[in-house]
Amino acid sequence: MADVESPTPRLLAMRGIGKNFPGVAALAGVDLAVRAGEIHALLGENGAGKSTLIKVLTGVYAPDTGEIHLAGARIQPASPRDAERLGISTVYQEVNLIPSLSVAENIGLGRQPGRLGFLNWPALRRRARAALARLEIDLDVDTELGALPLALQQMVAIARALDLQAKLLVLDEPTASLDEREVEELFKVMRQLRAGGLGIVFVTHFLDQVYAVSDRLTILRNGELVGEFLTAHLGRLELVGKMLGREVRDEEGHRAEGRVGMATGAMMESTAPLLEARQLGRRGAVHPLDLTLRGGEVTGLAGLLGSGRTETARLLFGLDQADGEEIRVRGARVKINSPRAAVRQGLAFCSEDRKMEGILPNLTVRENIILALQAKRGAWRTLARAEQEKLCAHYIQALRIKTRSAETPIKNLSGGNQQKALLARWLATQPEIIILDEPTRGIDIGAKEEIEQLIAKLRADGVAVLFISSEIEEVVRNCTRIVVLRERRKVAELAGDEIELRRLLHEMAGATPAHE
Amino acid sequence: MKWLAPPLRMSEPRHRVWWKSPAVWPLAGLMLLALVNLKFNQEFFSLSFQDGHWVGAVVDIFKNGSTCLILALGMTLVIATGGIDLSVGSVMAIVAAVAAARLARGDALPVVLAEGLAVGLLCGLANGLLVSWAKVQPIVATLVLMVSGRGIAQLITGGFQVRIDSADFNFFGNGFIGGVPVAPVVATALFLAAWLWLRRSATGLFIEAAGDNETASRFAGLATGRIKCLVYAVSGMGAAVAGMLAASSIKNANPLHDGLNLELDAIFAVVLGGTALSGGRFNLLGTYLGALMLQTLTETMYYDHVPSAVAPVPKAVLIILVCLLQSETTRRWLGGLRRRVVA
Amino acid sequence: MIAVLRQRLPQLVTAGIFLLLFATAGWRYRGENFASAPNIANLFISNGSLGIIAVGMTLVIFSGGIDLSVGAVAGFTNILVAVLVEQHGVNPWAAMLLGLCLGTLFGAAMGAVIQVFKQPAFLVTLAGMFFARGCAFWISTESIDFKNATMVRLADYTVRVGGSTVHPLPAYVLLAVFALGYVLAQHTRFGRNLLAIGGNEQSALLMGLPVGATKIAVYALCGAGAALAGLVSTVITGGDSTYGNGLELDAIATVVIGGTLLTGGRGHIFGTLCGLLIVGTIQSAISFDGTLSSWWTRIVTGALLLAFILFQRLLLRLTQQ
Repeated sequence: MADVESPTPRLLAMRGIGKNFPGVAALAGVDLAVRAGEIHALLGENGAGKSTLIKVLTGVYAPDTGEIHLAGARIQPASPRDAERLGISTVYQEVNLIPSLSVAENIGLGRQPGRLGFLNWPALRRRARAALARLEIDLDVDTELGALPLALQQMVAIARALDLQAKLLVLDEPTASLDEREVEELFKVMRQLRAGGLGIVFVTHFLDQVYAVSDRLTILRNGELVGEFLTAHLGRLELVGKMLGREVRDEEGHRAEGRVGMATGAMMESTAPLLEARQLGRRGAVHPLDLTLRGGEVTGLAGLLGSGRTETARLLFGLDQADGEEIRVRGARVKINSPRAAVRQGLAFCSEDRKMEGILPNLTVRENIILALQAKRGAWRTLARAEQEKLCAHYIQALRIKTRSAETPIKNLSGGNQQKALLARWLATQPEIIILDEPTRGIDIGAKEEIEQLIAKLRADGVAVLFISSEIEEVVRNCTRIVVLRERRKVAELAGDEIELRRLLHEMAGATPAHE
Repeated sequence: MKWLAPPLRMSEPRHRVWWKSPAVWPLAGLMLLALVNLKFNQEFFSLSFQDGHWVGAVVDIFKNGSTCLILALGMTLVIATGGIDLSVGSVMAIVAAVAAARLARGDALPVVLAEGLAVGLLCGLANGLLVSWAKVQPIVATLVLMVSGRGIAQLITGGFQVRIDSADFNFFGNGFIGGVPVAPVVATALFLAAWLWLRRSATGLFIEAAGDNETASRFAGLATGRIKCLVYAVSGMGAAVAGMLAASSIKNANPLHDGLNLELDAIFAVVLGGTALSGGRFNLLGTYLGALMLQTLTETMYYDHVPSAVAPVPKAVLIILVCLLQSETTRRWLGGLRRRVVA
Repeated sequence: MIAVLRQRLPQLVTAGIFLLLFATAGWRYRGENFASAPNIANLFISNGSLGIIAVGMTLVIFSGGIDLSVGAVAGFTNILVAVLVEQHGVNPWAAMLLGLCLGTLFGAAMGAVIQVFKQPAFLVTLAGMFFARGCAFWISTESIDFKNATMVRLADYTVRVGGSTVHPLPAYVLLAVFALGYVLAQHTRFGRNLLAIGGNEQSALLMGLPVGATKIAVYALCGAGAALAGLVSTVITGGDSTYGNGLELDAIATVVIGGTLLTGGRGHIFGTLCGLLIVGTIQSAISFDGTLSSWWTRIVTGALLLAFILFQRLLLRLTQQ
């Protein structure tokens, strides 16, 4: 569905890129073409292959198939340094510079001007000032980088890229931690660089920004190329549809197929809310919102990547400090400022980042499963070994956790099975309110069904479930109420009959008649 | 839908069978040393009963190694949380000084023992608060007490060595229970008590969890700050016991020499015993055997008339060997080698 | 300008504390001429070896590492030179050169193990410490006095400072080493790479810096510094294989008091110099006092260390975004 080829020659042409990892095909037959003097957005939900493609481009991975051409010549970058030398510079979300060194040093690190090994500091400073001047930024180049706000640190990273004579600039999620004003500054710089003939790859998930600044965009899904489009010619709703793989046409206003396990339109009698959060928010994470969770109800939190879903969950569970919110559990005002406090109130949180926030890699499956329950009981009310084994056997069977035994270290399990074990950990605490953040990520179809049945059972048992997932069919299927977030704001709350796919996509995309 | 997937293949099937325990390594080391002694020095194993107690090289190993054993116990827990305690030697000196001063003043034995333990606890808590609350790196936090501790000990004794005349106190370092020296009995009892405490309650699990992945542990509702504080407190109290034992053994408190460099031996014993410096799983039996192995190495060299000054060299070689064996790089090399041989 | 001052704040505080301490002691002991030229000279002389070691240690700590073997290596070269010169008639300069080379190679070997096998520097240099100490004892456990003409001449070399005679050699070497350390750290790519690696090794790798080679080289340099300290000590006080015991911790304390962060990435050689002067001033003041006992040095050093650690954490919390 590519548009008519414009006469401008391509600066970057990636063709047929494929990359496999053991058991997983991360990329297959992906093309990416960027012209000089163009801002090209790269879009896709989680698992689409964006970061793998960027890593191939910047030399972190070597592609299994396909070719890369830069300015007409074939290149095979063997490392990030190599890619830099060839003219491809990257600015990462975490900036990846040295925070304890000065701005001037960071810009010139590794290539400082000097003679016979001795540095020429005045020349270094001059070069840094010149690089920043190209971005129309004036700051004291002796400032320590870490003392600058993140937005400025990114500018320094861009300045370094320019100093390196970059031809192609890759910006990897640069706006995720910036506020609106800072984003505008960044866009100003990007437009300037574009006018100067630089090619820019802009990886982002903020649709407003894509429409604000990009000329063309490429969409990936599940490791494959969906297509390259002219931004001006692609409507929002269509864009979201392509990202999620849902072709939404105007006439089809009916509900999503296959609502398993849900009596259509049957709402649970309203029970008293288990958890009410009013004006829950945190600067830089999510704008204040209201959220109510009821027992026996599955509330979905829907939104695109970066809309603030996980941030909301973290606030509820006490992982981050909220800015003056009010939370009531079973009617009583509580202060949840740590996971421990949250667990005491009967909450549970199954995180999406199982590697960093979930598993204890060298401990056994059994120990991982009983940990939260044991933590809740304290150090002295221990679970007898027999009890532990019974508990584990129950969950291993119920969730079909594939493991040789409960005594294998959890790091030996596949990702999906680790996820199931973490789920078991929280189920074992018999929570009244459970937050599931992407519980089905990396789990195969059969297991997904089991998890959905589990959620239904939880609902039947009177548990309040907050269900976060990027797969909107899942959300539609399992939830009786859906809160929609967009760009860190709550934009809608759909309940019962209001829940249908098209409406949901609308809200997520922010597509109003003016946009389409 | 049937499970068509083949049974999960693990990279290394790990079962709780004893021969896979990391304690196997120091045990093997001990046996190796025993063989060496059998070959070159049969008297090493001779035991005789004189004056109502056992005498022999093996007895010496247990007796002389009890200080290291006790220090290594606390050190195991600290290392399990991913930290380190460099101050234990200095804390030994401080507590010895306190005990000696109090005894000279005529205080009753139970009071002196309690005070010694309290001082050790205080030192440990100071370290623990620096690490858990002020979030200072453990090396630096415990360095403070390591540097200033001996000065504090000297302050208490007025700069002198203080002789300890209390026969009751000196019994711990010189007496015998059932023909066996008291010190190793105390050390072993402490190990057993620790094992019971850590494994009968969930504390051992909590410590391992906090060391394995602190973020995930916090997510799961553990109070990781309190856990870290606890292990340093335990280490401090262990240093107090070791300090009092050592002082009673030489009937003397010497601020400049008590516990000198012993923290390094303790760390060494823990690493030998299979607890990784990066934290996580710990192994008390391994530490026990590791400390014994170190002491056996020292005694073997002594009996073989290796000048005691040179004793550090085999220790150094041993550390490097352990490092190499634990290294991922070595495992990859060996893996590559094995593949080529098998192919 | 302001930015530079902000970055140098820890070192400025250290310098300030040194001046304060010195002024206080100078005023308090003005009767005994605390602030006299010979006493100031002595600050550099009596802590010469510690200072030389501290420079090497500073560089290693910049890169985020640590070297526990420096005291033992100093002891090793100390006794090596003594034995070679006095018992085997080797030319003193040749013996000293050999000591220097061995120290450098030893450091490089440790650096290689740390880098290639990815083992913690703490453990590896600990092993190095045991090894070097054992080797030193193996060479000789007795102390050795020099009769060799060159060595005696070096030891007897004096100058007059403000009416007193002092042995300035350690101070000369110390100042030279500091100057060299300063130039390396501030004016060469190698020095800046050290700070980059200590600041964020992952980023340094991504930016294409030669991380592996730099790390090995800095341990080699530190070993050379330790060896040099051993040479200086053997000239002044004779051969002694127990020399340097505990010196590594004093060196680490000096570096930390000087405002260098133990995690790496931040610091300045000048800070280490101030840290050294502070330690020297405390020692000197205590001995001048006569009523204060020597152990107060340890206590005050420990307290200063604590204060600096907390101060640095506070500073980091305040300035980082």
